[in-house]
Order: sequence, then C-alpha cells, then structure tokens
Amino acid sequence: MTLLQGKINMTVLLENIHLAAPEMIILATACLALLGDLFFRKRFPSVAFVIACGGLVFTSVVSYLFVGQFSAVILHGLFQSDDMAQLMKLFICITVFLCFFYSKQYNDERKIPAGDYYILGLFSTLGMMSLVSAHSLLTVYLGLELVSLPLYAMTAMRRSDGDSSEAALKYFVMGAIASGLLLYGISLVYAATGLLDLHEVANAIAMDGRLQAPLLSFALVFIVAGLGFKLAAIPFHMWAPDVYEGAPTSVTLFISSAPKIAAVGMTLRILTLGLVDLASQWQQLILILALLSTGLGSVLAIAQSNLKRLLAYSTIAHLGYVLFGILSATDAGYAASLYYVLIYALMSAAAFGLLVLMSKSGIEIEQIDDLKGLNRRNPWLAFLMMIVMFSMAGVPPTVGFFTKLLVLKALVDAHMTWVAVLGLLFAAIGAYYYLRIIKVMYFDEAIDEAPVRLTKTANAIFSTNCLLLLFLGIFPSALVTLCINAFAN
Amino acid sequence: MSHLLNVLIWLPILGGVFVFLTGDDKNPNLSRCLTLFTVLLTLLLSVPLMTQFNTNTPGMQFTDDIVWMPILGIHYNLGVDGLSVLLIVLTIFTNLIVILATWESIKKRVGQYLSAFLIMQGFLVGVFAATDAIVFYIFWEATLIPMYLIIGIWGSDNRIYAAIKFFLYTFLGSVLMLASFLYLGYVASSFNIETLYAVKLSMSAQTLIFIAFFLGFAIKIPMFPVHTWLPDAHTEAPAGGSIVLAAILLKLGAYGFIRFALPIVPDACGKFAYVMVALSLIAVVYVGMIAIIQKDMKRLIAYSSISHMGFVTLGCFALFAVAKNSSLSSAGLVLEGAIVVMVSHAFISSAMFAGVGFIYDRMHTRQLSDFGGVVNTMPVFASFFMLFAMANAGLPGTSGFVGEFMVIMGGLKAGFWVVFWAASTLIIGASYTLWMYKRVIFGPIVNERVAKLHDLTRFETSAYVLLAMMVVAMGVYPQPMLAYVHHTVSQTLAQADSSKL
Repeated sequence: MTLLQGKINMTVLLENIHLAAPEMIILATACLALLGDLFFRKRFPSVAFVIACGGLVFTSVVSYLFVGQFSAVILHGLFQSDDMAQLMKLFICITVFLCFFYSKQYNDERKIPAGDYYILGLFSTLGMMSLVSAHSLLTVYLGLELVSLPLYAMTAMRRSDGDSSEAALKYFVMGAIASGLLLYGISLVYAATGLLDLHEVANAIAMDGRLQAPLLSFALVFIVAGLGFKLAAIPFHMWAPDVYEGAPTSVTLFISSAPKIAAVGMTLRILTLGLVDLASQWQQLILILALLSTGLGSVLAIAQSNLKRLLAYSTIAHLGYVLFGILSATDAGYAASLYYVLIYALMSAAAFGLLVLMSKSGIEIEQIDDLKGLNRRNPWLAFLMMIVMFSMAGVPPTVGFFTKLLVLKALVDAHMTWVAVLGLLFAAIGAYYYLRIIKVMYFDEAIDEAPVRLTKTANAIFSTNCLLLLFLGIFPSALVTLCINAFAN
Repeated sequence: MSHLLNVLIWLPILGGVFVFLTGDDKNPNLSRCLTLFTVLLTLLLSVPLMTQFNTNTPGMQFTDDIVWMPILGIHYNLGVDGLSVLLIVLTIFTNLIVILATWESIKKRVGQYLSAFLIMQGFLVGVFAATDAIVFYIFWEATLIPMYLIIGIWGSDNRIYAAIKFFLYTFLGSVLMLASFLYLGYVASSFNIETLYAVKLSMSAQTLIFIAFFLGFAIKIPMFPVHTWLPDAHTEAPAGGSIVLAAILLKLGAYGFIRFALPIVPDACGKFAYVMVALSLIAVVYVGMIAIIQKDMKRLIAYSSISHMGFVTLGCFALFAVAKNSSLSSAGLVLEGAIVVMVSHAFISSAMFAGVGFIYDRMHTRQLSDFGGVVNTMPVFASFFMLFAMANAGLPGTSGFVGEFMVIMGGLKAGFWVVFWAASTLIIGASYTLWMYKRVIFGPIVNERVAKLHDLTRFETSAYVLLAMMVVAMGVYPQPMLAYVHHTVSQTLAQADSSKL
C-alpha cells in the first residue's frame, strides 16, 4: 500500500519534469565538463570549454522552444516554468556563452585553470536558472547560494594577486551578509504565514495579511535589503566597484552580466509573486533604492578613471532603471524590467567583452585611457563599442533607448511621472561618461599605434553581439512583445 | 509612390554605411564621388516629392503607416505637409552644398566623414517626415550621434569640449521632451501626432508640457539664455558640420515649436507668449550686439545665427498678440515670415560658414585680425561673399529681406516696442556683417599669407553659385515657396487659436 502510495507520489513529483530540461542539460553539461576536464585535459586542453559552449547552445535552443509553450508549476510547487523564466534562461545561456567565448583566450594566456572557470561558471549558471524558476522561498535560497558560491571562488581565481583575493573576500563577506538578511526575511515570512510556496504565501497574505502586518513589514525590509545587495543597488552597492576592479576581467565580465538577470528574476519572483499584496510598502523601499542607484550611480561613475569601476557604477545605474519598472507595480512595468535586464546583459557582455578581447599577451585593458585612439587602431571595433556605449546611454536608434522608454512609459502610466522625469535627467547625466569613452576612442590620439587584431571568430561573435543591439533597436517589436506577453495574464 | 519618404530616409543611410565600409584614405575621391552620387540621387528623388505634393489641400500627404510596435501603440508613421516638404528638400540641398563646398578640405578618414553626413541626412529627413511622436523623437536624438562625431573628430583645437557640450546640452533638453511625449501618449493612448492634437489638457499639465517642450526646442534653436552651446559647437566644428548645424539642426527647434508646441499646448503657449517674445527680442538685439564685438569670424556668424533665429521664435509667438489685436490672417503673415526666415537663413548661413571654411582651409586661421585685402587675391569669392553678407544684413532683393520684412510688418499689430526692437536688427545686422566684410575683404593685403591665397576651386564655385541662385530667387519671387507652407500655417494658427482646456 505504502509502496503504491509512494509510486503515485513519485509520478506526481515527476509529472512534467521535462519542463526543467534546461536545468538538467546544464547540470549534465557541468558534470560532463568536469569529467572531461579531469580525464582529457592533457590531450584536449579546451575540452571543458567545448563541452560548456555546446551545452549552453543546446540549452538556449531548448529554452527558446519552451517560450510561449508551457506555464506550469512542478516538483510540488518548488519550481515554476513560465515565459519569464524561459526568456531569462535563454538570455542567461546566451550571455554565459558570450562570456565564455570572449574569455577563452584571456584565460588561456593567463593560465587561469580552464576547468575552474568554465565549470564553476556552469554551476553558477545552473543556480541562475533555478533562481529565475523559483516558486518557493526554499528554491530562491538554494538558487541564490548556487549562483553566489562559484562566483566568490571565481573572483579569487588569481590566487597570488592581492587585489583579487581582497575582492573575493569582500564579495564573500558582503554576499554572506546579504544571504543572511534574505534568509532572515524569509524565515519571518514563514513565521507569519507558515508557508514557503510563493503562490500560497501570496494567498495567505491576501486572506489575513492585516493580522501579521507588522511582522510582514519587518520581513519585507530584510528581504528588500538582501535583494538590494544582490542587485548592487545603492546603498547596498559598496562591494560592486571593488569586486569588479579586483577580479580578473574575464570574471568581471561574467559577474556583471548573467547573474544580474538572475537577481532581477529573483526580485520579480519574491516581490511580484509572493509579496504582491505588500506592493504599497515595497514600492516605497524600491523607490529609494531606484532613485539612489540611478542618481548616485550616474554621478559617481563620472569620477572614475578605471574602466572596470566605471562600468560597475554604470551597472548600478542600470539596475536602478530595472527597479523603476518593478516600482510601477504593473504588469507593463514588470515586462519593462524584464526587457531591460535581458538587454542589459547583452550590453554588459559586449562592453566587458571588448576589454577582455583587447587584453592580450599580458596587457590588461583597465583604464579609460587604454582605449585611446581605438578608431585609429581598429575602426570596426571602435564603431561596435560606440554602438554599445550609445545603447547604454539610451540614445536611439540603439536598443538601449527602448529599454529606457519601456520602463519610463510604465512609470508614466502608473502616475509616477515625476520619477520618470528624474530618471530621464539622470540618464542625461549618465550620458556624459559614455560619451567620454567614445571621446577617448574617437577624438584622442592613440598612445600605442599598433593595430588591434581579433581572431576571425572572435570578431564575428563580438560583431554579432554589438550589431544585435542596433538590430533590436530598429526592430524591437518581437522581443518587447515576448516580454509583455510573459506578464499578460 | 507611398514609399518615397522611406526611400529618402533610408537610401542615404544605406549609402552612408556603404561609404563607411568602403572608405579608404588612400583613395578618398572614391568616397567623395559615391557620396555625391547618393546625394544627387536623393535630390532627384525629392523632385517628385515637390511636384506631386498638392499645395491645395491641408493635412499630411505621402503618408506611410507601418505598425511597428503594436503592443505599445507605436506606429512607424510618415507623412509630410508643406513645411516638412520644404525642410526635407532643404536638408538634401544643404548636404549637396556641404559635399561640394568641403570637397577637399577633409583629408583624414574621409570615408567616415562623408558617411556621417549621409547618415545624418537620412535621420534629418526622418525627423521632418515622422508623424508619430516616438518615431520623431528617435530620429531627433539619432541626429546627435553623427554630429557629435563630426565635431569631435574633424573639428578644430577645442573640439572635444564643444562636442561634449553640444551633445549633453541638447540631450538634456530633449529627454524632458520625451517625458512629455510619454505623458501625452498615456492621455491619448496613441503617439500619432494627429491624435495628440485632439487631446484636452488642463492648464497645469499644459504648463509643464510647455516647459518640457521649451527646454527641448529652445535649446535646439537656440534661444537666449540657453544658446551658449552654439558658439562653441559652430566655432569648433569643421566647415561642413557648421553648415548643417546652422542650416538644418537649428531649424529642428523651430519645427518642433510649430509642429508640437503650438498645436498641442496652445493655451500655455499663449500664456507664455510674452516671455517668449521678450526672449526672442533679447536674442535679436543683445546677441546681435555680442556678434559685433567678436574677433573670431565663425563665432561672429554663430551669434548672428542666434540673432536671426530670434526672428523665427518671435514670429512663432508674436502671433498670439497679433491675433488678439487684429485678425488671424495678419497672424498668418507673422508665422509665414518666421518660416521664410528659417529657409532663407539656411541658405545664407550655409554660404557664410562655407566662406569661412574656404579661407580657413587656405590660411588655417579664423581670427579677423589675420585677414585684410582678400579681395585682391580672391575676387570671385569676394563678390559672392558680398551678396551673402548683404543678404545676411537683410538687403531687399535677397531672401534675407523677405522673411524679416514679413515678421516686422505682421508684428506691427503686436505692439510698437516689439517692432521697434525687432527692426533694430536691420541696423545691428548690417553693422556686424558689413564691418566683418570690410575687415576681411577690403583694404590692402595685410600679410603674406593673404597674398598667397588662390581663388575658389570649381567645386567651391559650384556650391556658391547654387546658394546664390537660391538666395536671389527667394528674394525676388518667394511666392512658390509660400504656397507650400500656406496650409500648414493656417492649420497651425487654427490650432493655436482654439483653447484645449
């Protein structure tokens, strides 16, 4: 009898398990890469890289096929597969693929153990994917740790380098505090409702939220603070510039792109699914985070001369815009946030990608001045980087304009025009430092006149990455529609 | 025929991409010829735009509606009325002048330089052809990119400061315009300009939108006191950049006022008309006086541009007082005058900046004190430049006279002092232009470099002949041009005159 019962439970548990196929493929890829690296490294030095890229491509295809197909909760409410999750997974895989690809030569030249970089990256990717699919606070925490732990290790990859270790330690301590805060918030939510399933939590709060209101508000503050750390929103941003600067550039590239998608996915899941009835409370918290991040992030970026630090502050500002979308607390706003962060990941991959690709044979491209006269040294690369910079600044006809347009439109439609106006003014401030990078590339004379050369494949992939930003700016409709449909009930 | 506007927008952009990709400094003439060919082709294609445009009906023609982002209600709407047709043709014509006038003045990265101009031409045509606010905004902002690069890469010594100032100043102004578009789009649940015209708005909303529009458009024109970017940008830009900047980019602001501010927020425009008229008069008189004391030729012409654009804004906003004291038809005279000033200023300032470019290429200085006696070595140039200087001062028989005369005549109904200060431009304009002319062209040859000057090349002469023809033709017989804008003007007036509260 119990055996039968168990069997039925097992079947229920495994029902629709194929919806988790992207995660399973990545897990399998990670294990394969680990084994491959262990046994075949001598004969094929890049075996881990090849397996990782293959797995990522396969996973993105599967995720793409899932978009618009299924929306279901599986594994007893632990895991949710919907369009938002699949879109995020698709872009996570694409971005991670780009990161791996750009970093290949960098890692090889610096003797960064390939196995470590790609395999840790893959496990982190697995964490990101389960994070965006989380349907329970338990999965949220699990996913979060799975994302973060490999990232701490990756930051410390240049063991002998002081900056790198310092960055890793800082990242780890800050990350641990953030996880602690989040976990504390989660436990308070559990105390108030006795539930972990996000959907059930939402129902419970809707039914008798007033009884537990003080406890829930308390929980909310901790949760938002934890999320703020992970998003690097001001005032929880202190770790970001140091980590970005200290980590090897290939790791910075990785940290700055795909994990941001996951962090936003987690925020969307917790705030707009689980705690949706507390919207009026978290809106106030998010408002402060968003305004500080966009405003201060833009201003602080102006003062930077280190390109990696500058881009760190630019990331902070961009995440502030993402929060604007969540702030509006409408479906259009969530869609705008989703769209923003997907595009942001592509832009960030391209911007750091250029640094990684240019950092060759021992030269680290880290200062803004290192890009001087790039138009002389390689006009095509300069042109591509210009597209990325204008896209980050939000100047049409690049896609960056539409990301901002969607977010701000959602704000205006939600009667928060003044926030939108502030956001636009900060965008104008932010434009300055992107313009400065273009200035350096185009207007200044090169210090080192030697032409910059990329391999054919690197050039092709990097060009595709950057031109995609232009293409999506001219034909934005398809992706925007997908994002909006992901939230249309 | 319905895709004619699309062709006019995208053909030069594609041409620009092609020139960018094939550009090679070892063989710059290939890029130049390709560019010239593209511009001539678009000019040829704009002939049917002018001839098949029906000047007897109001409303948009050559419309093209492509659903672009249905989920946000953004349509790729194109269409032109008389004003747009004029400005589109003007854009293409100006680009032709740029290419002829600066045929050999740029020597490094010629391909990139020319492709920037071609791409900008496409964007500018897009601005004038867009009938959806978001599409308008996209083209509007996109024009900043090529101009930023043109000033920054090929400009003179202080180019980087000027380029960044230009970009940030105008970007700051236009982001607020985007905010008001978003708000209007929310109220009207569409971004089509025709729909936006029909929206009812409260006075406070109108005031805020007007302020946003003011910042966007006034910075672009530029009006006093937000004009300070222009002298820098003009002075540091290469001659070609200055020509496009003065001839077309400044007109974007005025076009914005006529296309958006007056019809969409008429009540706020009426309320602030006095301020706007006052600012316009300050631009005409005070900035005109600043022009007199300039030591740099390009700066002088830049300030003269601001002063002339003061006439345009004066015409746009004096119409409220005129309509109140008199009739709508005399208000029409003012607005038509403003448009004529816009077009005529495009020709004259192109010619002036091209002239400075010609002698700068030869002497590498723009300081007035370095010149003198140019007439002895460059007689052909001196005679052409005489014509344009006279037109700049508003000599009857040139295009410069017609518009200013119309604004002053119509403006009489707005009050004596308005006309008094506006008319003082005839004296101020004459003093800065003719004094400059005297110092540069007349007198004995002051130094060896002037003695070594050679006269205009064939390309330069052809540019000047084209411009001279336009200046004289418009001055003698402006009627065909006025026919184009007649309906735009009467429609704009009707919208500006009806309250939307």
